[in-house]
Amino acid sequence: MNNRYNRHIILSEIGEAGQNKINNARVLVIGAGGLGCPILQYLAAAGVGTLGIIDFDVVDETNLQRQILYGKKTLGINKAIAAKERLRDLNDLITIYTYSEPLTYQNAVTLFNQYDIIVDGSDNFETRYLVNDACIISEKPLVYGAIFKFEGQVAVFNHNGGPSYRCLFPSPPPSGSVPNCSEIGVLGVLPGIIGTLQANEVLKIILGIGEQLSGKLLCFNALDNQTTILNVNKSMEQFEKVLNEKPRFEQKELSITCDTDMIVSLQEITSFSEVQFIDVRELHEEPKLTGTNIIQIPLSSLSDQLHKISENRQKIFFCQSGIRSKKALAIAKNHHKSLCYSLKEGANELFLQLKNMQHENA
Amino acid sequence: MIKVKYFGMLTEITHCSEEQLAFSGTTVEELLKVIVTKHPGLKSLNFQVAQNNDIVDLTAKVNADLIALLPPFAGG
Repeated sequence: MNNRYNRHIILSEIGEAGQNKINNARVLVIGAGGLGCPILQYLAAAGVGTLGIIDFDVVDETNLQRQILYGKKTLGINKAIAAKERLRDLNDLITIYTYSEPLTYQNAVTLFNQYDIIVDGSDNFETRYLVNDACIISEKPLVYGAIFKFEGQVAVFNHNGGPSYRCLFPSPPPSGSVPNCSEIGVLGVLPGIIGTLQANEVLKIILGIGEQLSGKLLCFNALDNQTTILNVNKSMEQFEKVLNEKPRFEQKELSITCDTDMIVSLQEITSFSEVQFIDVRELHEEPKLTGTNIIQIPLSSLSDQLHKISENRQKIFFCQSGIRSKKALAIAKNHHKSLCYSLKEGANELFLQLKNMQHENA
Repeated sequence: MIKVKYFGMLTEITHCSEEQLAFSGTTVEELLKVIVTKHPGLKSLNFQVAQNNDIVDLTAKVNADLIALLPPFAGG
């Protein structure tokens, strides 16, 4: 063995034997965003032998304030792939698998079965409950972390007979009721702190040292540095609920991806002048689209400004790639707005389409 | 008096991270009624209640002077 892991090995609590455990460990990280970046960076540096990274999203300029594995050169590149590129330079002795697709009810259990520990760095409740339930079904420990503005939570669930995420929060809050980082903002260093705490729990689980946050929820506030650790009780009822659903698990659909009939492609739009297009990108994003039937309401303020959208016309949300527009659709549906659709394509494609139509009319 | 701590987005409604509240009832559920009367915006939100350092359910008796209200976070 070379010198790379020397500072681990000379710790009597780790030693050669502990480092071997780390080198043989298989850890899957869900989401390579604010939390995923520091988690992956430290686990790769520590020599976790097999790392899995699942993220369907691409690197955006607004990510660079906190997602420290990325830079200008990786803008627009899938996060799992961009993260792997950076981590390969950091440590080429480990194996990294990338999954550039969303985590779904269909792929979760099969994927989790290939790893020892699952780390949740996702950014929405649906995925968090999916991760929890798939961990229960595949009997894997879950290292949970979540952030909100200046505050973070860390816990270890489903480990050594301990409680699960559902024992703490039995069911997800209504879609759109709790904003995420892209909607409300987050202090850049916060996911660094919380993600690093998650990486620490992962290493402690692998090594079997210290006191893991199993059955405990750590709450951290970056503004006053207060750390509170709360005890969470196990609820067998919550485990049974998940296990009872096991036979039907793979038939379930994430609501964010299941409304396929509410997603329209440009080809399917019969009359561009009769629909209202709603641009849910942030105000600075390019290309700018203007027109009498195009309004701009950033996703972050959509629920407050839903009154601005047309009642009677068909409404089509669009964004840069068709992901935020699906979230917008979910919010609109949640507020009982009818005739709402999400554009499959992004602003660039819509821009070209509208431009071509102008040409044809001229 | 009971000290009530608020976490996450709850503080956007309460406009404070903690406060002292007069309470003469028995259960957590009764205490929540007092809190929600003062901050009606909390009614529609999801949160768990911790008494001292333990997450408790609504039927638990209030026997501590520190209660924390804890919402789930989604961000990552």
